[in-house]
Amino acid sequence: MTAESFIAQLVAVALAVLGAPLLTGWVNQCRAWLQNKSAPPLLLPYRTLHKLFWKESVVAEQATALFRGAPYIVFGAMVLACGIVPSLSTDLPLAPAADAIALVGLFALARVFMSLAAMDIGTAFGTLGARREMLVGFLAEPALLMVLFTAAFITQSTSLAAIVETIANQEFAIYPSLAFAGVAFTMVSLAENARVPVDNPATHLELTMIHEAMILEYSGRHLALMEWAASLKLFAYSCIGLAIFFPWGIAQERDLAGILLAAPVLAGKLAIGGAALAVIETLSAKMRIFRVPEFLAGAFLLAVIGILVHFLLGA
Amino acid sequence: MTGPAGWLAIDWLLVAVAAWLALGALGVLRLHDFFTVARVLFPAGALVGVGAAAVAGAALLAGSPQTAVLAIGLPELPFHLRLDALAAFFVLLLALASAGVSAFAAGYFRKGEGTPPGLMCLQYHVFLAGMTLVLLADDAYAFMVAWELMALASFFLVTANHVIPAIRRAGYLYLLVAHLGAIAILLCFGVLQANTGDYTFDNMRAQQLSPFWASVAFLLAFFGFGAKAGILPLHVWLPEAHPAAPSPVSALMSGVMLKTAIYGLLRVTFDLLHLQLWWWGVVALAIGLATALFGVVFAAVQTDMKRLLAYSSIENIGLLVVGIGLAVLFTGYGMTALAALALTAVLYHAINHAMFKSLLFLGTGSVLHATGERNLGKLGGLLRYMPWVGWLVLVGTLAAAGLPPANGFVSEWLLLQSFLFTLGLPSTFVNNLVPVVAAGVALVAALGGYVMVKFFGVIFLGQPREPRLAQSHDAAAWERAGLVWLAAGCIVLGLAPAQVIALIDPVTRVLIGDGVGARVAEHGWLFLAPVAPERASYSPLLFLVLMAASFALAFVLVRRLYHGRIRRAAPWDCGYPLLNARMQDTAEGFGQPIRQVFEPFFRMERELPSPFDRKPVYRVAVSDHFWHWLYLPIARLTEAVSRIVGLLQQGRIATYLTYSFVTLLVMLILVFR
Repeated sequence: MTAESFIAQLVAVALAVLGAPLLTGWVNQCRAWLQNKSAPPLLLPYRTLHKLFWKESVVAEQATALFRGAPYIVFGAMVLACGIVPSLSTDLPLAPAADAIALVGLFALARVFMSLAAMDIGTAFGTLGARREMLVGFLAEPALLMVLFTAAFITQSTSLAAIVETIANQEFAIYPSLAFAGVAFTMVSLAENARVPVDNPATHLELTMIHEAMILEYSGRHLALMEWAASLKLFAYSCIGLAIFFPWGIAQERDLAGILLAAPVLAGKLAIGGAALAVIETLSAKMRIFRVPEFLAGAFLLAVIGILVHFLLGA
Repeated sequence: MTGPAGWLAIDWLLVAVAAWLALGALGVLRLHDFFTVARVLFPAGALVGVGAAAVAGAALLAGSPQTAVLAIGLPELPFHLRLDALAAFFVLLLALASAGVSAFAAGYFRKGEGTPPGLMCLQYHVFLAGMTLVLLADDAYAFMVAWELMALASFFLVTANHVIPAIRRAGYLYLLVAHLGAIAILLCFGVLQANTGDYTFDNMRAQQLSPFWASVAFLLAFFGFGAKAGILPLHVWLPEAHPAAPSPVSALMSGVMLKTAIYGLLRVTFDLLHLQLWWWGVVALAIGLATALFGVVFAAVQTDMKRLLAYSSIENIGLLVVGIGLAVLFTGYGMTALAALALTAVLYHAINHAMFKSLLFLGTGSVLHATGERNLGKLGGLLRYMPWVGWLVLVGTLAAAGLPPANGFVSEWLLLQSFLFTLGLPSTFVNNLVPVVAAGVALVAALGGYVMVKFFGVIFLGQPREPRLAQSHDAAAWERAGLVWLAAGCIVLGLAPAQVIALIDPVTRVLIGDGVGARVAEHGWLFLAPVAPERASYSPLLFLVLMAASFALAFVLVRRLYHGRIRRAAPWDCGYPLLNARMQDTAEGFGQPIRQVFEPFFRMERELPSPFDRKPVYRVAVSDHFWHWLYLPIARLTEAVSRIVGLLQQGRIATYLTYSFVTLLVMLILVFR
């Protein structure tokens, strides 16, 4: 654990924190283009954050410290998640603090605090959002875990850095189990990041919203932190997907050149991934809330089938 | 650990048992003296618990088993006692949890609630002593006597409020299932002594049973201890009995007594039996997973806060049985390193569950006292009126939901890790079964989060659903002390896994001759890496520090770069001004998605109003299939058989004399044939 790798780790986290809203802006822009709308500026999320931070925070009279603390906890959890997932380099001194299972636990921690905070004020929408979020979570979380397990079974490690190194260094091979896992992961990511077939980030239509219902009572800096955390979550999920399924280009040595090269590769991969997300969101329709468990149960089963395929075929 | 007169740890533990019994006896002398019982006897019991924990911890690290013989009981049949690492670990668990519960109980029991305080004190301390003796027993007689002591003491505690018919019914059901289990355990010991007539555990260890009889013994033990632990389908008493008891007793029953059953299962399977067959593991995996899933799904739809926790206990017992199954599976194939990992996860989860479930049950006790309400639908918003209880229960909630960095996560992490390294089991069937069970465990863990959000959110968050809740008072000093003790336990167990595993290591070494302690110690105190650091590692302390650092950095930076102004106003609620407490989700509402997704699990009776009803009534009753499929038919059958037997009972002495005469005649014919 040298000072250099420590600095590299900090740079990676800082890049993630600062760059995450850009990814959100890019997805929004792509989606607007595909839907034949005039696109919002790429940097709009930054301006929104800046505006929200300046605004006064209006907090409901009955809100407890839990309500005010939750945005910081959720934001902190997402920052930590971005520190664990290898985005630029696999040489992460902080990564041994949490492996893939702990990463899932970290997302669960953020989800639980967000739900509890949503229930704190006691509005109809808040509890509705919390209940729906937990409904999505209880199926998405094991599905994500099973996707990570597939990779862990292949590489015999639950450390994300080790997974990346093993998969990237092997001869190019198509793992049928990873194909199943990939489909499952895509479905889980859509649900977890409140994307279209499950939720819609761009609407406040009461009957359909999940994520937005939970953060309705937030304003000012608390809302900004929640929005930023959502961007970070999208970034972290994208990086998990890229790390497991497209690990090529992530620096594995402790040298500056590798990291400098990895940065544009990552940007390119994220740009393509974001555009793909916009395509999926444009092509699919929002489903009824009680179809969501079926959708996610599908993802869960696909992930389990992925593992079984790995055991049966040994690949 | 040697005392002033060269006493061993086991002697000190017997002193602790005697002290508990003496405190109980003092309680009887002061039957209605509320002050002495609450302010002197229960705190003294807590101190004895702390002392016993220290002794057990020292004995655990010291190694080598200690024995003692107590010349009580029948002539020629003294009580053999033995303190080995397994017993010491469970005594540690018992003592740590009971210290917190006793401190809480000092402030909990009130005048005029059912049993007089002195009698409650006797039953409570006999219960503790009985559980300790179960763990120390080294022959079948001592074990069964202690087991009955524990069962009967807890029966009287459950029925403390016996004026309520439902509580009497719960107590009866509990007694019935407990004795079904006790019979199976007795039979299991009968098989284990292999016709030698010697019922000491030493003799049982020496026997080489054939695989058939070993399997019979295992299945009897699984049934018998399963009845106590509440595994499917012997769980029906648990959600009735645990909530019926006063909260400190519920805490002990869920937190500690269920663990004595796990202890018994481990003792028989890994210590008394000399071989383990792999298919036992498959049985335990299947039944454990079914139990866990059943428990968590039912917990999600409960509307009574203590019943919710009782079902969540069934879930945790299921997870423990899954872990035991995995350990048996690995031992059956001779993979002791993996078995040690699975067993470490089991023991770790046992102590975690003892801590957080006791904490949660005690929390419900405080809520019950402050509001007089157990129904989730009439609670809400208590975090504002009961901040101590609320925030401490939040710790337990996070632990029970299995979230890092609390303690519940560590054991779930270890359990999932032991699933992950199963590649290369010799049987294809088992090889494919294990990942499916792992998926099931992941699902149960995630559903556990749902249950806990419901539990905490509905009780402590939102607006009070009844106006009088605004007058609820926070817990007093003794109750707080108990809650703080247990919450601290949850945090310490969560943050120091390497040290806890050093305590568990001797146990797994005794049971399967292998442990993960050495490998964990190799990688330092900060990181938990049970196999190898490049394969898996987790550091809760670093995790917490990093979370806290990002929290603090965000907090400070926002204030530095922008501002920290805040304005209090009415909730926005999309601009709707007439918000009231009835608009929040009820407990039924929060459980509704689970009821819909897992519909086949439940037997539901619904009454839906038609659109033209003047006074629409919606009613839904959720009950357990097992009750209707298994228990009621058995009850009906028993009743029918008794009725036939009842035909013999004529009530006339001449008839009975005829029976005796006929019996004698038959005997004579048999003898002089």
